[in-house]
Amino acid sequence: MSDPDKLKLARQFIEAIPHSRDLGMELTEMDDGVAVITMPYDDRLIGDPETGVISGGAVSALMDTCCGAAVMSHPENLGGTATLDLRIDYMRAATPGQAITTRATCYHVTRSVAFVRATACDDDSDNPVATATGAFTVEGKR
Amino acid sequence: MKRPEPVQVVKQRRDAALSALVSGVPYIQYLGLTFDRRGDELTGVLPFDEKLIGNPLLPALHGGVTAAFLEATAVITLSWSYLWEDIESGALDFDPSTAPKLPRLPKTVDFSVDYLRSGLPRDAYARARINRSGRRYASVHVEGWQDNRDRLFAQATGHFVMPQRR
Repeated sequence: MSDPDKLKLARQFIEAIPHSRDLGMELTEMDDGVAVITMPYDDRLIGDPETGVISGGAVSALMDTCCGAAVMSHPENLGGTATLDLRIDYMRAATPGQAITTRATCYHVTRSVAFVRATACDDDSDNPVATATGAFTVEGKR
Repeated sequence: MKRPEPVQVVKQRRDAALSALVSGVPYIQYLGLTFDRRGDELTGVLPFDEKLIGNPLLPALHGGVTAAFLEATAVITLSWSYLWEDIESGALDFDPSTAPKLPRLPKTVDFSVDYLRSGLPRDAYARARINRSGRRYASVHVEGWQDNRDRLFAQATGHFVMPQRR
């Protein structure tokens, strides 16, 4: 388990990110290296006007926020974090009108780097829309 | 020999095509992303806005915004190069008064971003290079910078599935 005070601060930090707020992201879970964030469907985020499918860029923003939250919630990372590298694979178009939920897991932390993977789904949770893998900076360990 | 077309006619046609391509995507409008055109070369321009911040303490651009900016630049540059011949020949009609049907955009298969330094709270620029563009797939590299062209704040490589010609 993570330190509750640290976790509370990290949660407040994630919830205060201007861009995430603007996209309506809602943090539903954040503890012990795992974070879950939901982003509602929004016409502003459409990438393909013909079908109304959400843009890959908006999914990237959701993935990045969620991976960062997972790193911040890990007991061995004491402070903030920054993305070093993030790769996203787009498996299928998200269904228009449905919210997208991402679950990120910080599965390994060294003195300087945190490794994360994440999956994004719409209502059909057995069939991911996209997956991500990333490396993030680690702060606070000497 | 055919006389070359007047410069205004050529410019007007190219700019109408670019504007139709870019204004058709709501998410590009949401980000505030525009494109600067010199001949066939495009530069993505992302003017700074408070809503693009990811770390209010620094402050720095959101990593997701950086990814989205580079990806949108890659997609538009790729479409632009794919449509170029049809734009030049006039085969594609982009006249807004006739409400033309826009061609489909390439689909992103994967996109991998290197974050080289934090994105500062100021305007950002990006240029894409198409490393390979076949009938079905394309591989594109994008570089993003802010104050100095030689000091990239991020770069990315992505693979795309090309729209099928009808």
